[in-house]
Amino acid sequence: MSEPARYNPQPPRPAWGIRPPSKKNISTDLPILTAPIPKQVVIPIQQCLGLPARPIVTPGQQVRAGEPIAVSGATGAGPKLHASISGGIHAIEERPVPGPQPTTETCVVIHGDGQDLPYNGYRGVGDPMQLEPDRLCALVAEAGIVGLGGALYSTADKLSTPHKIKALILNGAECEPYITCDEMLELEHADKVLRGARIMMRALNTSLAIIAVERDMAEDRVALNDAIEAAGDRNIHVAVVTAKYPAGGERQLIQMIMNQEVPEGGYPSDLGYVCHNVATAAAVADFFDSGRPLISRIVTLAGGGVEMTRNVEARIGTEMRELIQSTVGYSNELAQLVMGGPMMGFLLPDHTLPVTKATNCLICANPGELSPPRPEMPCIRCSQCSQVCPALILPQELLTAAARHDMGALVDLGLNACIECGCCDYVCPSHIPMTSRFIEAKRALGENQRETQNAERARKRFEKRQERLNRQNSERGQELQEQVDELAESPEQVIDAIMDRVKSKAGK
Amino acid sequence: MMLASGSAPHWRTRDTVASMMRQVIYALLPAIVLYSIFFGIGIIINCLIATAVAVGTEIVALLLRRRPVELFIKDNSAIVTAILLAFCLPSLTPWWVTATGSFFAIAVAKHLYGGLGYNVFNPAMVGYVVLLVSFPEEMSHWTAPNVGDIDYQAPTALMTLQYVLTGALPDGMTIDAITRATPLNSIKMELGLMRTIDEIRSNPSFGEFGGRGWEMINGVIALGGFWLLYRGIIRWHTPVAMIGTLLALAFLASILDSSIHPGPFFHLFSGGTLLCAFFIATDPVSGATTDTGKLIFGAGVGALTFIFRTWGVFPDGVSFSVLLMNMAAPLIDRYTRPRVYGRIPPGH
Repeated sequence: MSEPARYNPQPPRPAWGIRPPSKKNISTDLPILTAPIPKQVVIPIQQCLGLPARPIVTPGQQVRAGEPIAVSGATGAGPKLHASISGGIHAIEERPVPGPQPTTETCVVIHGDGQDLPYNGYRGVGDPMQLEPDRLCALVAEAGIVGLGGALYSTADKLSTPHKIKALILNGAECEPYITCDEMLELEHADKVLRGARIMMRALNTSLAIIAVERDMAEDRVALNDAIEAAGDRNIHVAVVTAKYPAGGERQLIQMIMNQEVPEGGYPSDLGYVCHNVATAAAVADFFDSGRPLISRIVTLAGGGVEMTRNVEARIGTEMRELIQSTVGYSNELAQLVMGGPMMGFLLPDHTLPVTKATNCLICANPGELSPPRPEMPCIRCSQCSQVCPALILPQELLTAAARHDMGALVDLGLNACIECGCCDYVCPSHIPMTSRFIEAKRALGENQRETQNAERARKRFEKRQERLNRQNSERGQELQEQVDELAESPEQVIDAIMDRVKSKAGK
Repeated sequence: MMLASGSAPHWRTRDTVASMMRQVIYALLPAIVLYSIFFGIGIIINCLIATAVAVGTEIVALLLRRRPVELFIKDNSAIVTAILLAFCLPSLTPWWVTATGSFFAIAVAKHLYGGLGYNVFNPAMVGYVVLLVSFPEEMSHWTAPNVGDIDYQAPTALMTLQYVLTGALPDGMTIDAITRATPLNSIKMELGLMRTIDEIRSNPSFGEFGGRGWEMINGVIALGGFWLLYRGIIRWHTPVAMIGTLLALAFLASILDSSIHPGPFFHLFSGGTLLCAFFIATDPVSGATTDTGKLIFGAGVGALTFIFRTWGVFPDGVSFSVLLMNMAAPLIDRYTRPRVYGRIPPGH
């Protein structure tokens, strides 16, 4: 056994980051509410990062809640997608889906039968603590579990890392304002989070799990510690990080708790750590507890535009408007709708879009609740941005490199280390949309690198061909030279040989 | 239904370039008031003239450059430049001198380089240096506080106004009667006459640290600087490095020979030291932007100021020091970049 990983249970306050108003208190007053079962769900089939999905049901087919309706990945081994209500498949068609840009996606539309009949195919998958890690990972994919922090990365893929894992880090440090879905989950279902953690630890073959919470989540810390104590678990620990944005960033958590930085261009697993969201762990526990795949999630409904601010458990595919109307209610006409937090979330064009596995929060903002657009001024290099940047880059320098499309400088200045947290935008007195610029620059840089690679490949191909031609030419030249030499040495013999060949050909 | 769109983050600071510049102006106001109490209303007149010319020049430059006039006028940056320039001028400065400096600062040092955010040199210092070398005579008409010098008569407000607007004094009045050398200048001149620092400073125009009046104004300027630090508008690196370096060098020099070096506190409370440390060297646009860079930049300004004051032709050296370090700022930034998260420093 290698030495157990050392961690910092109470890391000091980092120099980077910002403290926006938290707006969290009101949404933690009331317990999580289970939303009524919707009459219809629209389930976008693309709900796992980077793995293309295809439907496996046809219109007219009857499905039960929890029955697979789509598979993902080239071999179909990626996270599945399940019917979130029982009923009939009404259509499989392109529908608008929530995303950073307004876009459409293939969606499975299910008309509910109002009975919410559960699918029984996953009953009795076995005691997870007896199953082999490979089998656990396959089942996690079968359950359709993806990163519920919003990234939608395949949980099974992260659990089946080839690296030796020293510690599982469960991210419960929700640092974005408004969002409390993880906070409420830890408070109400601490034991479930722990059960999920143990299954994940088994899949990762590691004996240490650290649950990270923020300093202002005192009740969560107590709830988790109580549950750990009640279970007598010595392998799961709670670490408390400063309530500062973006303390909940994966790389920032590792820096604070493990005192290590994820190498540039690398992943946490390179250091022996795997980070999962606490809600993801709870989803894993749910599946093995009751055979229920990921068909619902906790969503924080917040903002000045709702009657009350509350966390609700919503079925995937529920229309956002229906979810809000049937639970917390609109208080006035909707002005702006954000999915996610005010720092990294995106504005939705419409509230008739479906809830997806990435919908951790919906902010119904009143006019003036979000910052109004302000005219962009030139950068005055005040260095407010570099003081808050958690990636320790110089956004003010990156900005000028991006403006002149200087790819070399962008790489040197650490564009790829940017986690797009938006802190630089938040503090910029010139109101420059830096994060958008950096996202765009990353895209351009990726394209540029692909082009360079293609050019490199073409150049190598050309050189190989040139080399081959040269070799052929020189071989032919050598042959001719040999014949010439022979002729010079003994002309009669050569001429005789040629004459013989001519005669023998003529004879035929 | 189509809701409003926009890119993340959806929350941003209420601070603007204009509000930052406004804070700088507020931080300078107490010093302006104190200055006018000690040295007459000249500074207020100079501030008004410089501001009027700076804003006027800015409007014309923006129109010529086809930039949004209202947006950029409201950023208050031209006013800050004007006030900083006016602060460097003698109370008795003819209006055309002030106007020339203010025009040059905005038109040449700022807008020819691309306007707000793009100027390589601190506009106020460019304007000041242009005046210093173009109008050496006019730039030496310093008044003095009324302390212990019986030959000296401070100009009245009316006299100041008349001189500023016409360049002439009332009949029978000579400029020499109402002006005196600044403390830095006296030291430079009298050291040249082989007098010792102790002899020079025994003159009643010298106070505890620097010149009478000057030392209090500088103290209030420092308070304004602390306000900017408290508000997070400037960082501590530049002032600390500049003051620290200047004090250290002055201290060393005074240990070596206190008869020809006036000592650290005199340097601190004389001339433009504190104005430069908190308001000029901290100009974000023309200074260094990294934390380490700010330390180097400040230390450079401090060291050069000491050198210019001790061995230079002009009594004060902050303006030249700042301009020289402005040139070095891009290079300093280039070599003081912080280590990016997750990047292993070369050689490890």
